[in-house]
Amino acid sequence: MVKVIIDDIEVEVEPGTTILNAARQIGGDVVPPAMCYYSKLQGSGGKCRTCLVEVAAGSTADPRPMPKLVASCSTPVMDGMIVKNKTSERVYDNRAAVTEFLLINHPLDCPICDQAGECHLQDLGFEHGKEGTRYEEKRRTFDPIDIGDKIKLHMNRCILCYRCVYVANQLTDKRVHGIMHRGDHAEISTYIEQAIDNDFSGNVIDVCPVGALTDKTFRFKSRVWFLKPMEASCECTKCAGKAVVWMFGDEIYRVTGRKDKYGEIEDIDGKTAWICNECRFDKKDKSQWNIEGPRVINRHSVIAQNQYLVDERIESKKLN
Amino acid sequence: MGRKLLLEHIDVPGIETFEVYRKNGGYRSVEKALKTMSPQNVVEEVQASGLRGRGGAGFPTGMKWSFLAKPEGVPRYLLCNADESEPGTFKDRYLMEKIPHLLVEGMIVSSYALGCNQSYIYIRGEYMWVLEIVEKAIAEAYANGFLGKNILGSGYDLDLAIAPGGGAYICGEETALIESLEGKRGNPRIKPPFPAVRGLWGCPTVVNNVESIAAVVPIVNDGGAEYAKIGIGKSTGTKLISACGNLVKPGVYEIELGITVEEFIYSDEWCGGIANGKKIKACVPGGSSVPILPANLITKTAEGVDRLMSYEGLAEGGFASGSMLGSGGFIVFDEDQCIVRNTWNFARFYAHESCGQCSPCREGTGWMEKVLRRLENGQGHMHDIDLLAEINKKIEGNTICPLGDAAAWPVAAAIRHFREEFEWHVTHPDEAVKRNFGIASNHMPLV
Repeated sequence: MVKVIIDDIEVEVEPGTTILNAARQIGGDVVPPAMCYYSKLQGSGGKCRTCLVEVAAGSTADPRPMPKLVASCSTPVMDGMIVKNKTSERVYDNRAAVTEFLLINHPLDCPICDQAGECHLQDLGFEHGKEGTRYEEKRRTFDPIDIGDKIKLHMNRCILCYRCVYVANQLTDKRVHGIMHRGDHAEISTYIEQAIDNDFSGNVIDVCPVGALTDKTFRFKSRVWFLKPMEASCECTKCAGKAVVWMFGDEIYRVTGRKDKYGEIEDIDGKTAWICNECRFDKKDKSQWNIEGPRVINRHSVIAQNQYLVDERIESKKLN
Repeated sequence: MGRKLLLEHIDVPGIETFEVYRKNGGYRSVEKALKTMSPQNVVEEVQASGLRGRGGAGFPTGMKWSFLAKPEGVPRYLLCNADESEPGTFKDRYLMEKIPHLLVEGMIVSSYALGCNQSYIYIRGEYMWVLEIVEKAIAEAYANGFLGKNILGSGYDLDLAIAPGGGAYICGEETALIESLEGKRGNPRIKPPFPAVRGLWGCPTVVNNVESIAAVVPIVNDGGAEYAKIGIGKSTGTKLISACGNLVKPGVYEIELGITVEEFIYSDEWCGGIANGKKIKACVPGGSSVPILPANLITKTAEGVDRLMSYEGLAEGGFASGSMLGSGGFIVFDEDQCIVRNTWNFARFYAHESCGQCSPCREGTGWMEKVLRRLENGQGHMHDIDLLAEINKKIEGNTICPLGDAAAWPVAAAIRHFREEFEWHVTHPDEAVKRNFGIASNHMPLV
């Protein structure tokens, strides 16, 4: 076990753990935001640069500070490392800058975006964004396209986190979509508008941190904060069948995987509970699900409101 | 007359063929290394030579080689980075085009030193004709027993192959080059792990520039200590400089590191001064990614000492009043050239070549390009200049690979040294559009 100090809080973690995961063991607002890192996807992370932190001391053996900010999602901790996240002015400045960079080509169409309320970029903008924009140029625009019959791609909103590419690589037999072109004209696309057709392709919607990939069976049906998230399970031959159904009255509006507070699909019985397309898109009748009880959701800015159960740590901070 | 190590026989007719190259002392180093030296001896000679990477960063080659992990039973790879695409740099192309066997020879000796049995030369996609030249040289080396199984009866096997790139600047970054060679999208990897531990196909890998590998040949021939005598301080040996811009004699020159910048620009042996009797206005001494120097800081440092053509000499004064030797792309601007237009041109290149993987570089380079385009086209505002300075500060150091820094530095330096010219573009939009280049005579005549 190695000891690492993050924002003056000491934590003991396994050797080889990344700074971000060490911070997640502490929890609360010590955890840097992560737009591209997804612990369940191998190789993800390092791209969005929102999780940059300052390393004030590299390790006990070599206590020099690191000159650059490091990506906490891909930097392993060393024994005696001292990390500054929320206690560092520099980190906040750069995070605000990255937020600005991510937003300059973003359409900011939250009022009509299905992701609003559970959008990581919205949270990031809420915490680190500035009022107004300094960007006077024309924004990069694309037309929304269908990739597969159940998934809509709004390339305008995409922040090129590569998560959906990793999902297709690691969950499905054959990847038919990826990043085309370079630089700020890079885009997610299928090979000549090929349809994504695979039992687990719907998971790209769950991993998308923004509203770039949305569920066509749910689009424009309701705002997420009007829905009741309920834990539900079903007998499914393809997947574990553990999902969250989002209900309005007795009607199921949409089905998603069980995401934890970092927006990642939870592990159930030691296996990541990705759900299959049949559960996600076709089982919209209450009789098809065994509803277990309400789902606790926190950390997200909007849908976390009006939740009766709240994280005690956050509560105690508010009182102080 | 400076000493020539790499370009010594460049003018010999037919030097690109094996026979002529061999007659002029070619492949001596292979014989010497394979017959009389152990791989460790070769590494030690390179370390003793003080050779520094010629690709731009200037990291000591011997040290890079010593970092190579050597686990049992795992192959090691040597990759030659011939993806030379920095604007202003064309030295590797010249070397490969004129004297391809020097590179092949260097590859054999370096691969022997590192214990690699398979090496690759990654050539830029735009250099297709160069690829054919090098391919022919490799075929000749195979035919004469310098490549393949049991080279010169020493029991050492080496296969050398060429991999053409698709024409992306980013594939000159070593981990992106490895990704591209593996057949993937050329995105830089997140480091650590470094290629010396996990590179090509997860095996330990060394990536070296063409010129660094070619320089191993004279080092092995004459000994590292002999090589270290040339040059000044920690900048040892000779360096190819590709001089371009408003010069009387642009071209590729081999200089001994440590000559003065003044001598290099003005003496007849090298560039022969500024073309058309004009005055020098600015100079980018190491390829487009290094900071630009204004006229008063080119030949003298801020302290008034003569500036030298060496890694330390050009970096004298740090970023405030210095620059970098970089890859040796020496670009000179005369008094008629427009710095704003030039900066925009560079920014456009980086916006086009950013891989789009990490957000500061992807969005920042595009943003800077758009702001600079507006400034150049007379639609800029005063606050745009500060905005540019802000953006590049936020890109620098926050990206996965050095492309972000390379995009940020030229813009930062141009604003630092030529702020008046940017302001002139804002206050004189009509003239800026009309002239499009060359505002020195309007705004700040150089007397």
